[in-house]
Amino acid sequence: MTTMVETPMLPPPGETREIQTREAINEALAQEMRRDETVIIMGEEIAGGAGREHLGIVDAWGGAFRTTRGLIQEFGNERVLDTPLSEAAFVGTAIGAASTGMRAVAELMFVDFVGVCMDQLLNNAAKMRYMFGGQVKVPFVMLTRIGAGFGSAAQHSESFYSLFSHIPGLKGVCPSDAYTAKGLLLSAIRDDDPVVFFEHKGLYGETCPVPEEMYTLPLGKARTVRPGSDITMVGISKMTWVAVEAAEELAKEGVNAEVIDLLSVSPIDYDHVLDSVRRTHRLLVVDEDTPVCSISSDICARVAEEAFDYLDAPPSRVTPPHTPVPYSRALENLYVPNAERVVTAARRLMS
Amino acid sequence: MAPDRDTLLELYRTMTTIRHFEERGVPETGQRGMSASVHSSVGQEAVPTGVCAHLTDDDYIGSTHRGHGHCIAKGVDPKLMMAELFGRSHGPNKGKGGSMHIADMSKGMLGTNGIVAGSVPLAVGAALTSKIQRLGRVAVAFFGDGGANQGVLHECMNLASVWKLPVIFCCENNGYAESTPVEYGLSVANVADRAAGYDMPGFHVDGMDVFAVYEAAGEAVSRARAGDGPALLEARTYRYYGHTVFDNPLTYRTKEEEDHWRARDPLLTFRNHMIAQGNVITAEELDQMDEEARVLMEEAVAFADASPLPEPHEIYEDVYADYPVDMMRRGANMSV
Repeated sequence: MTTMVETPMLPPPGETREIQTREAINEALAQEMRRDETVIIMGEEIAGGAGREHLGIVDAWGGAFRTTRGLIQEFGNERVLDTPLSEAAFVGTAIGAASTGMRAVAELMFVDFVGVCMDQLLNNAAKMRYMFGGQVKVPFVMLTRIGAGFGSAAQHSESFYSLFSHIPGLKGVCPSDAYTAKGLLLSAIRDDDPVVFFEHKGLYGETCPVPEEMYTLPLGKARTVRPGSDITMVGISKMTWVAVEAAEELAKEGVNAEVIDLLSVSPIDYDHVLDSVRRTHRLLVVDEDTPVCSISSDICARVAEEAFDYLDAPPSRVTPPHTPVPYSRALENLYVPNAERVVTAARRLMS
Repeated sequence: MAPDRDTLLELYRTMTTIRHFEERGVPETGQRGMSASVHSSVGQEAVPTGVCAHLTDDDYIGSTHRGHGHCIAKGVDPKLMMAELFGRSHGPNKGKGGSMHIADMSKGMLGTNGIVAGSVPLAVGAALTSKIQRLGRVAVAFFGDGGANQGVLHECMNLASVWKLPVIFCCENNGYAESTPVEYGLSVANVADRAAGYDMPGFHVDGMDVFAVYEAAGEAVSRARAGDGPALLEARTYRYYGHTVFDNPLTYRTKEEEDHWRARDPLLTFRNHMIAQGNVITAEELDQMDEEARVLMEEAVAFADASPLPEPHEIYEDVYADYPVDMMRRGANMSV
């Protein structure tokens, strides 16, 4: 069996440190702002306590999840802009700045908040270049947060990246660890298209080896994190590790599962998935986004269209139900896909 | 500051060019089967003219669905605009934008926009760029009385005030949001009254009088350029035609009202003013500019008709700076 591990997509040996995903994001922002003075960042509480400098207060929060800590001290309040709670205004303003010479990063605290600023993404960021016949580039990054499992209920927990994948003109990435977070964020900021960068709240505290120097990872490329021959499991963001956990369980039963970490949700690396499925003949997508009109349904459709003759079982998925995220632990634990559900689904495909 | 003779000539030339573009271009576009998304600004010429007279190509404007006048006043070539309306590849947007998305970045024109108040944050963003990079540029965000009630405008006025950005929020109040009268949809007497809520100066001027617009805009632009922050400028004006060519405005307004406003026509007002001022600009000079505008539109229509249609493969171009084309057509069973 040939493994599909692409070494550049995994941390290189040596010269790395174990750091948290949150630190990797912070490091990427700081390094790129140091390298390129046109990079600016704006959002709610990204420094915190704005306007209280006369009381000696600077960087009171450093971001709701501390991913932007220290930036204002180094780069000042002209490039690190705390905003009023006005997502439509500051996301739109960042897009306007990006189309006139800046590289603008805006932070939307939770993806659930996109309703109040979706027009800026849908009708300005995504369409300007096309509508204008290529006259503008829009180097805009929207950092936002996804992920259930924290008792935050329905308006602070969704993983709605598929909303954005559906929109031509936007790109999207879902890093799964500190290494991919840093490399993909540096690529996203340097990219000339609007990119939505989805940070999973459940990954911030996780660590992995990360080089201190700058490196980029390609947008639109998946990676194989566990080679296997019997079934292809595709994970997105934190679900990659749920799939890996399930694969370890399945290994005990003699099932050798391959796990692909999708990383990009636009463009989607269909070919990486198809190459794997043509070898394993089975597909199981593990996704924390809801199941209707989603990345998981899209990958299943693509595999059915392009690898139908290779399949020994129907393309299948493990996802939350088509419901909002419930609050009670008793229900939220049911909502988020776990290794047990993945193992059960995989067994069914293997039988 | 009163406009000098050269400026006066330029003001009239801009107004008559807009008038002729609308009167010729809108029906010509309709004859080519693309009239659904074209909105005439006839009657409103004084507003973009008086405002943009204070701007250079380096300054920015964001425009509306009724934006041909903004484009012309900001210096976009009417021939290229006509090609864009006809969906031709020589349009500034290569025929992929049309009337509601005309953009010319070389002129600081950030696009007409099909979303009500849609270009406002883009103009604010351009003002932010100017402030950070110390470019000394200003931005003007045009919107209508309908746009005055959009949430994003209010967020942007607050943000621009908090950050003291060099941006002018310019409301072209033409009395109607589609068929809804402004007095029904607006909670205050004048849009400009809302400036107080955002701690910025509010100007309310007669939008049929290019001199009034020019004077107020001059003050607002000077403040912004000097780093004194944003302003809200409301120009009360009137659109002579319906919301679109399919709209009969007499279903919601009276002939008497239309006649009242047409009697205050901005081009006619300008002409009368010049005569009253002792022929600073003569009637013959004005006639000459009208004729030149008429001829320019003849040329524009011919230019647009001669411009090639976009090639089929262009459907995939300029969606992104970099993206696999295969991903755009995969699974769609496209013929190209």
